[in-house]
Amino acid sequence: TIRFILIQNRAGKTRLAKWYMQFDDDEKQKLIEEVHAVVTVRDAKHTNFVEFRNFKIIYRRYAGLYFCICVDVTDNNLAYLEGIHNFVEVLNEYFHNVCELDLVFNFYKVYTVVDEMFLAGEIRETSQTKVLKQLLMLQSLE
Amino acid sequence: MPAVSKGDGMRGLAVFISDIRNCKSKEAEIKRINKELANIRSKFKGDKALDGYSKKKYVCKLLFIFLLGHDIDFGHMEAVNLLSSNKYTEKQIGYLFISVLVNSNSELIRLINNAIKNDLSSRNPTFMCLALHCIANVGSREMAEAFAGEIPRILVAGDTMDSVKQSAALCLLRLYRTSPDLVLMGEWTSRVVHLLNDQHMGVVTAAISLITCLSQKNPEEFKTCVSLAVSRLSRIVSSASTDLQDYTYYFVPAPWLSCKLLRLLQCYPPPEDGAVKGRLVECLETILNKAQEPPKSKKVQHSNAKNAILFEAIALIIHYDSEPNLLVRACNQLGQFLQHRETNLRYLALESMCTLASSEFSHEAVKTHIETVINALKTERDVSVRQRAADLLYAMCDRSNAKQIVAEMLSYLETADYSIREEMVLKVAILAEKYAVDYSWYVDTILNLIRIAGDYVSEEVWYRVIQIVINRDDVQGYAAKTVFEALQAPACHENMVKVGGYILGEFGNLIAGDPRSSPLVQFNLLHSKFHLCSVPTRALLLSAYIKFINLFPETKPTIQEVLRCDSQIRNSDVELQQRAVEYLKLSSIASTDVLATVLEEMPPFPERESSILAKLKKKKGPGAVSGNELEEGKREGGELNGAGERPGDSSAIGASNAVRLHIPTHSLNYDIIYPPPPLFQSTPSPSADLLGLRSAAPVSAAPPSAGSLLVDVFSEAGPAAPAAGANDDGFLRFVCKNNGVLFENQLLQIGVKSEYRQNLGRMYLFYGNKTSVQFVNFTTTLKPVDPLVEGGAQVQQVINIECLTVFSDAPLLNIKFRYGGALQNLTLKLPVAINKFFQPTEMSSHDFFQRWKQLSQPQQEAQKIFKANHAMDTEVLKAKLLGLGTALLEKVDPNPDNFVCAGVIQTKAQQVGCLLRLEPNAQAQVHTHFPVRALGLESRPLGVSSVTTLSLCVSVVHHSFICNKCL
Repeated sequence: TIRFILIQNRAGKTRLAKWYMQFDDDEKQKLIEEVHAVVTVRDAKHTNFVEFRNFKIIYRRYAGLYFCICVDVTDNNLAYLEGIHNFVEVLNEYFHNVCELDLVFNFYKVYTVVDEMFLAGEIRETSQTKVLKQLLMLQSLE
Repeated sequence: MPAVSKGDGMRGLAVFISDIRNCKSKEAEIKRINKELANIRSKFKGDKALDGYSKKKYVCKLLFIFLLGHDIDFGHMEAVNLLSSNKYTEKQIGYLFISVLVNSNSELIRLINNAIKNDLSSRNPTFMCLALHCIANVGSREMAEAFAGEIPRILVAGDTMDSVKQSAALCLLRLYRTSPDLVLMGEWTSRVVHLLNDQHMGVVTAAISLITCLSQKNPEEFKTCVSLAVSRLSRIVSSASTDLQDYTYYFVPAPWLSCKLLRLLQCYPPPEDGAVKGRLVECLETILNKAQEPPKSKKVQHSNAKNAILFEAIALIIHYDSEPNLLVRACNQLGQFLQHRETNLRYLALESMCTLASSEFSHEAVKTHIETVINALKTERDVSVRQRAADLLYAMCDRSNAKQIVAEMLSYLETADYSIREEMVLKVAILAEKYAVDYSWYVDTILNLIRIAGDYVSEEVWYRVIQIVINRDDVQGYAAKTVFEALQAPACHENMVKVGGYILGEFGNLIAGDPRSSPLVQFNLLHSKFHLCSVPTRALLLSAYIKFINLFPETKPTIQEVLRCDSQIRNSDVELQQRAVEYLKLSSIASTDVLATVLEEMPPFPERESSILAKLKKKKGPGAVSGNELEEGKREGGELNGAGERPGDSSAIGASNAVRLHIPTHSLNYDIIYPPPPLFQSTPSPSADLLGLRSAAPVSAAPPSAGSLLVDVFSEAGPAAPAAGANDDGFLRFVCKNNGVLFENQLLQIGVKSEYRQNLGRMYLFYGNKTSVQFVNFTTTLKPVDPLVEGGAQVQQVINIECLTVFSDAPLLNIKFRYGGALQNLTLKLPVAINKFFQPTEMSSHDFFQRWKQLSQPQQEAQKIFKANHAMDTEVLKAKLLGLGTALLEKVDPNPDNFVCAGVIQTKAQQVGCLLRLEPNAQAQVHTHFPVRALGLESRPLGVSSVTTLSLCVSVVHHSFICNKCL
């Protein structure tokens, strides 16, 4: 089960924060900082997994952006690692070569993409074709 | 500026975002934001009605400002208005705002729920999905109340669109997680299970998460999912890499769905139906076979997706633990990964192999990889991989390889990361003990541990080595010789001094024949360390000295001189001073015989499970249990004791009433080691049990001979009675007060009066016979009372209570008696909760908030938001908080509505300072926010027990607030 999804850049600016557990605002800020501290010190020789409090973070870096998913320790690491990649490929297709600025200016659309693919902390849809078709349909609506 | 150039959406928003990005300083950004907020506010307040587009744009700007980290206190109503727009883009922004800025304002909730309701019944799939996503994102109780009945209907309806079904399934899952009592599957169960057969793979992918969660809670009702899952899995596994089109990911058919199916099957034992089982085994074999096939793509995505399924399949094989062939194949596959160039795979293989090691079928196969794993421990760059390697070595250890593994772990310890040293030390200590064939090896190993990582050697470890040495005559001489040698080192760890002092004090005579380790040499060696040691170690050494006087009469003048010198006999530490005085007196006036009796060698300790194991279990915890700390705490309750107990060690003797070095009082228990508290007599009780787990000695097992019996607040076992007390309600009343009626029925009334001081308490129980007939054979599990209770009479019982460490379950009291021939049997919870051991602490506003801020680690804080069941009257709240035992700090919180309190929880094992803050939500009049932060006052960093304390405090307070009778 996903506890939260974070997209952060190397400087620690949050580009997306999606919470699937109740946290208050201070706690969220603390988590964001902790995740940044934990993830940015790791290099390519490290695993894509980090133990984090009672959970673990599965993360992958794309250019200057870290995509982090916090899941339960018993969850399947590789499935979530590829879940991230699948999500990134959808973003890339949807924004035609996605870059960090797309996520900034279209933050409200990113939430829609997330909800199509992950809901209630679970994987909702994995087919890129289906997700993109739906997103294009929504895009065409007024 | 890509978004603007893409030309859709809101230009004003894009301009605003650009402005913010161009701000050179934080001040400039705040200025720009304030300007925008003023602008939006005036638009919202203006006379001119805003069109949908503008409203959407401004709400979206507010959302952006909120996401930048600024507070937003208006715009909610406009966002709610957007929900009823019939334009998708407006509705979407409205729902997004609501989902991100959840607000418990009850007026709005009603409006929001109304809009959701309309969208759910709109038959427009896009709107339905928006509404469902909003419910899934917010997941509040109010929403569950409003929609938990409707969503299952949408989920199984024949005409619901696939995408809506997907959202409905997960929405329901969210509601089930937050409010399980409101989601009643009953009639829908079978249709939900059959979603596993749905043609649309996306529907299956979403629904299976719901089904898995429901199966975990109600396995029996959902067990038909097993055969459906197997056939679905079988179809996917046997399909060609292109069959599933949209659901094929880098040539791997439906990897996520496969994983979820395999995960669902892990909720159940192996299928009983032979055909189903055969089909499943076939699937698992196919998955293992595919791992050996050449990859269809060089991309890491391909191998990751394939291996995600493989690891999940192996997890299922391990879960079944019944197919030797598959287990061994799994092990071989993981063995290949151990040397893979991908760090991820090496890590996962080590992790997965750890569970394989505990299966009897694969244990031997796992052992064959020992060299690779040792190599990983030495060479891996990522500490988390090394940690897994250490875990695996621990798991694969048995008699045949223990010496090798322990030696490797010891050598790794020299360079191990600080973060994992303590755990490594515990593991080495456990393995050394468990697989010791000759105990000299064991002693060497532990002394090495202390030498290499002395700081990380916890009390449990050195208590244990002493315990074992005392219990085994064959190793005592060797131990004495070895510690003597170890102490020669110019700088040795204080733990070494402790072990050395203890062992030489007991067995120094075994090496005293050698002039190089004559009594005086031994004494001088120990005493040369004395001044560098902390008070507890010095206390232990003083006890060793008095033992020396008994072992070696010739050392008496030297030692007496040491005891007599001012730095001992007038030591400012009262414990040290007392020991010096008492030992000096004892050695001067007691006859040799008396001395020999009092200072006799320690008798063997009872054999039982090592408390180190308990400590390790505690450290590791059960993993990902979220929002479950309370339960975790309960489970650990029984284990925590180990930490507080010491071997019946001479280090703690020397107190007021009597010096008792060891006086066996009971075949299994030795006397208390602590100075008896002035209030009570020291008595034999289970709390004196030495090392190991409390569960071995339930209260009722103690002989009812002693005058007053310490109630072991920890004994989970308690009397053999139902766990729950018959007086939960009565119990709650005592959270904030100490006197009252604990229980009453037609026959019996039980009154309670109690008082607490620090970690001690005394409770008077009054059993009143309400009838006119005698009760006969009246017994309670606490201690004997008069077996006859005349009609109308009252019998009194006094019990003394000592809080050993943090606990969650109240001790139980079982009462039996005969009334007119019928046996009456009652089990009650004694009204003892952790807050009884609060000592109030006054502090200034400045101190309070400074400490409050310092206590910001996640494990230092717990909180709960709950509904107050009753109107929140200030005076009542105050009375409750005072009753809680803390100091209520007036005029400390700048917000006059809030209450802040401070206190220290006193247990024998530790003291935990707690700061509490109750934040009644004045607006809503219903929600109360209750965070607690705490700091362990001991020097060690705050451990699990403190977190438990916090959760307990919160829960106790919560209880006191939902119960209106507790005043």
